[in-house]
Amino acid sequence: PPWERQSLPPGSCWAPQRFSKAVLVIIDALRFEFARFNPANASLLPYENKLSFLHHLATSQPRHARLYRFRADPPTATMQRIKGLTTGSLPTFIDVGSNFATYAIQEDNLLAQLVQNGRRVVFMGDDTWEGLFPKKFFRSYFFPSFNVKDLHTVDDGILQHLYPTVDSGEWDVLIAHFLGVDHCGHKHGPDHPEMAKKLTQMNEMLRSLVDHLGNDTLLLVAGDHGMTETGDHGGDSEKEVNAALFVYSKTPLFGTGPPEEPEAVPQVNLVPTVALLLGVPIPYSNIGEVMAELFSGDGDTVSAALQQLSVYHINAKQVDRFLHSYSLVAQALPAEQLQRLQELFSSAVEEHTQLLAQVQGATLVPPELESRLGSLISRFQLYLREARAVCTQSWARFHPLRMVGGCSLIAASCLLCYVASELAASSDSFYRSCLLYPLLWGLVVAGLLRQRLRAWLGLAFPMGILLFRCGAMFSDSFVVAEARVAPFLLVSLVMLLVGKLHWDGRLTVPEGPKQQLLGFSSYRREIWYLLCLVAVLLVCVRLSGFFHQCREEIPQCRPSLFLSPLASLRNTRAKNLFYLLCVALLAGLVYAVRSWLRHYGNLNSSDPLVLFVRWGFPLVVLCIACYWAVASSADDSLGKLQELVQVAVVAFPWAVYGLASVGLLLLLCNPMTVFAKDTRESAGSIVTPYLGVPSSEVDFLHVIPQIYKRMQESQKSRLERGSCRATVAAYGLGSVYSAALVIALTLLGFLLMLLHSERLSFAFLLLFLEAFVLLHIHTHARGLAGDAEPFSVPWYAVISWLLAASQFFYSTGHQPIFPAIHWNAAFVGFHLDHSTNLLPAALVGANTFSSHILFAVSCPLLLLWPFVCEMPSSQKRKPKKEPREELQEVEEHMMEMRLRESPEKFSTALLQLGLKYLFVLGTQV
Amino acid sequence: MKEAEIRRLFAANLLCVFSIILTAVVPPFFWDGFTVLGTHLAWLCICSVCVSTLNIILHLVLKPNLSPKRSSFAHKISRFLKCCIYFFMSCILFHAIIVLYGAPLIESVTETFLFAVLLSTFTTLQCLCMLGPNIQAWIRVFSKNGATSIWESSLQITTMCSILGAWFGAFPIPLDWDRPWQVWPISCSLGATFGYMAGLIIAPLWIHWNRKQLTYKSR
Repeated sequence: PPWERQSLPPGSCWAPQRFSKAVLVIIDALRFEFARFNPANASLLPYENKLSFLHHLATSQPRHARLYRFRADPPTATMQRIKGLTTGSLPTFIDVGSNFATYAIQEDNLLAQLVQNGRRVVFMGDDTWEGLFPKKFFRSYFFPSFNVKDLHTVDDGILQHLYPTVDSGEWDVLIAHFLGVDHCGHKHGPDHPEMAKKLTQMNEMLRSLVDHLGNDTLLLVAGDHGMTETGDHGGDSEKEVNAALFVYSKTPLFGTGPPEEPEAVPQVNLVPTVALLLGVPIPYSNIGEVMAELFSGDGDTVSAALQQLSVYHINAKQVDRFLHSYSLVAQALPAEQLQRLQELFSSAVEEHTQLLAQVQGATLVPPELESRLGSLISRFQLYLREARAVCTQSWARFHPLRMVGGCSLIAASCLLCYVASELAASSDSFYRSCLLYPLLWGLVVAGLLRQRLRAWLGLAFPMGILLFRCGAMFSDSFVVAEARVAPFLLVSLVMLLVGKLHWDGRLTVPEGPKQQLLGFSSYRREIWYLLCLVAVLLVCVRLSGFFHQCREEIPQCRPSLFLSPLASLRNTRAKNLFYLLCVALLAGLVYAVRSWLRHYGNLNSSDPLVLFVRWGFPLVVLCIACYWAVASSADDSLGKLQELVQVAVVAFPWAVYGLASVGLLLLLCNPMTVFAKDTRESAGSIVTPYLGVPSSEVDFLHVIPQIYKRMQESQKSRLERGSCRATVAAYGLGSVYSAALVIALTLLGFLLMLLHSERLSFAFLLLFLEAFVLLHIHTHARGLAGDAEPFSVPWYAVISWLLAASQFFYSTGHQPIFPAIHWNAAFVGFHLDHSTNLLPAALVGANTFSSHILFAVSCPLLLLWPFVCEMPSSQKRKPKKEPREELQEVEEHMMEMRLRESPEKFSTALLQLGLKYLFVLGTQV
Repeated sequence: MKEAEIRRLFAANLLCVFSIILTAVVPPFFWDGFTVLGTHLAWLCICSVCVSTLNIILHLVLKPNLSPKRSSFAHKISRFLKCCIYFFMSCILFHAIIVLYGAPLIESVTETFLFAVLLSTFTTLQCLCMLGPNIQAWIRVFSKNGATSIWESSLQITTMCSILGAWFGAFPIPLDWDRPWQVWPISCSLGATFGYMAGLIIAPLWIHWNRKQLTYKSR
């Protein structure tokens, strides 16, 4: 709350008003490079030299106009910047999350001061301000800001109202917040002809605005933040924090001409400057430093210096007061630094009073006076800068206790999952008793430790890889390089697996003693198949690296070209080619899934789900293709069809959502895609059709005991349950579960592809291919290793699955940092503003964690796939209760499923930890 | 007999280690500005050449795998050519694997290839010397209980140590220490070299300590 400055003697906290009116034009994401004009530049990028009017003003009237580098504090998200621009304080990182739900600013701010002092504030533009400053504006014209693909609504709306409002004169402060440049960056990137158009429009706007302004008006043109090469913002990279500020008035502002290179000023400095220029008190929590050169006025150097000194004094007093009361409330600021600042301040103030007395007594001659004034100003400057530095340090801090707590929570849950999985594997009843007596768990763990020590030695190598993965989370360099660490470890794990199989002699045919003596061994035939699979996996992993996003920590990194939407491509032929490729890829995926299902004997019945797979899948692909076509077309090329396009952009995604949800519902109701036949009488006589070729005799030998075991079990259960049960014979039972899973996965894959930019569907293809290859490798490795337990999934498979998941998190163009979040996903299927925050959050979340979602859903395939692959190689007589039987088996091993999900949670949680940690680190640097 | 052979192995391996150290120490006397890190490519070449020559010489002198049958000159030549082809193929294969592990595809091809050559020198060349261009024998040696002499056990250990060393050498690359040896492929090639040297030293010691358990089947 503002303190009672009114009671203070005049001259101590108020500066005389210099301008009665001010226009603040905020051009969102106005990077410094956009505003700079370099006449010597011959090879122009689309965004260069477009704001020529600013340059014209600055060169023709050097004492009236000046361009600055405007240094934004991270996070460079618009709402945080608006807060910074009005309160003058530093943002906290927690604020980023509230970007969607803007809440009113409670702190003292520039607008509150202006309104309190009876100024009429008129606002037009970004409706974020509405939530931040409810009922503060004298008049306001808000326009929806959320749809980043909409380049013109906000700007055209402002332009419609700007000049009439200025001419009407019913305002003291006018704020216009243009969003077109920012949205153009998001949609097309800075290096695009659209950006040139947008900046030219801004240039014309400024030109006519200046014509409408009077002599008593201050014009400020500011960017709230910059943008990266891809047009995003939010982080703390140089291009994001480097915005432009342009100051102009029709009366002379500056005492001297502009410096060669534009000066850099922190963004918070604008707050005290504007407050004092307009003659209102500086907001309470401001820590910015006043831009003194704007206070030099027309007089000689001494009077200018005196005036600057007085504004510095006011500024310093306000900051001191804020720091003092802040340190009383929160012990966040280190005491010794506070002490030092206090001393700095009091000595400067003391000297200031002495100097003022001497000036009034006229005991000083001008040269000496000037030097003393200069030194005093620099002392005030020093104080203000140090205070800001102290605040920056203390506001971005670690919470070590909470971090340790989070880590231990994760570790504890992981341990719990591990123990639970091991127990579930060992004995079902044992596990239940443990669940009943949780107190016993500690003892059990201790007992298990001793018991399992031997077993753990066998687990050494996959666990070692997992340990590396874990350990990498605790080094920030490895967190930065995680996009390369995950595939590296995945490849190592698979190679190790093959190497180990070889070392154990599993890959060679066991020969007679005579052969061994000669030292000859021959490989089994599958080895070539396995090696091919490994090669395909390696290639997949390597190719997926081409879809990387960059972090700001690595400045020389260039993000993958595939990440930008097709709309940003300027070459029409390339655009068409990529579009056709993407659509062909979708069609190929559908074809592959359908032929896979058919191969395993599905899709023969006429169930609704089967019909859906047959006809719905192509329809989904058609819708996605149409949506991509509409979304990637240029803005103005369609002309009259504009309205139709607007409808189509919304309608096609909704069609996909609808179809996908219908498909998933059908899947939930009746997940059977096999052909079932009621055969009450002729039970057992039906033989599953022969579906493939037996790959080898060895395989066959391995399979037979299992078939026998299963048959035995099923016979037993049938005897137990009574024989008068209705029986059903079914075809292709081996893939009952996996078929349903594959269908669900395909649907999910389509949904997630829709949320990503078009060309990332290549990454999704790689994802599916890699998952398929991993499953095959796993199956073959199991077959070759001849493990005893058919219903447990070995650790290496789970770990490789998770490594692949985190690898594709990066390979679908994500990074665990805020600027890399694909906000565009929130607008797939929504043209205008969202009414709630829930839906966009869900869409963006699905986009961000798409690879984790897909891999988590497909996790049970690790268990099921070996059974699927066994089927073709055996002419099997299917007992009719197979489904129930298998269901039971699976149910018994529910805990394992849970286990397999646990490392999933583990890695995501660690990821988030890494994210938060890095963000805090990012602020510190 | 066995003790004497272990001693011979140890001496040979120490010679190898010594030669690798010499490749780092001697060239600066002849070539101003030579350092292992600064002129890494040159060192890679020198090291590969030295190690391979020494290995071939040692192989000719010590003859660990006595081949009973005398072969003709033409046979020897064809054997030699086969070895060369195998070595070259292994270089290519290593290069491909390194790239698939995440090495840059187009930039620094020379560095990657020379690193592959170094790895081949530490692994494939040894196998070629010891076992000849006989893939079946290689497969036998690199499986459990596959070694038939202390020389082959030593081969197992040094090969694995070299590859492990190269693998571990990749770990410091992402760290932000800004050391000259973090540049690709220096850390990996140094890792491979240290792994190889460690393997050379470990192998005789390990064989010495486990000589009771190690019972080699006679041919």
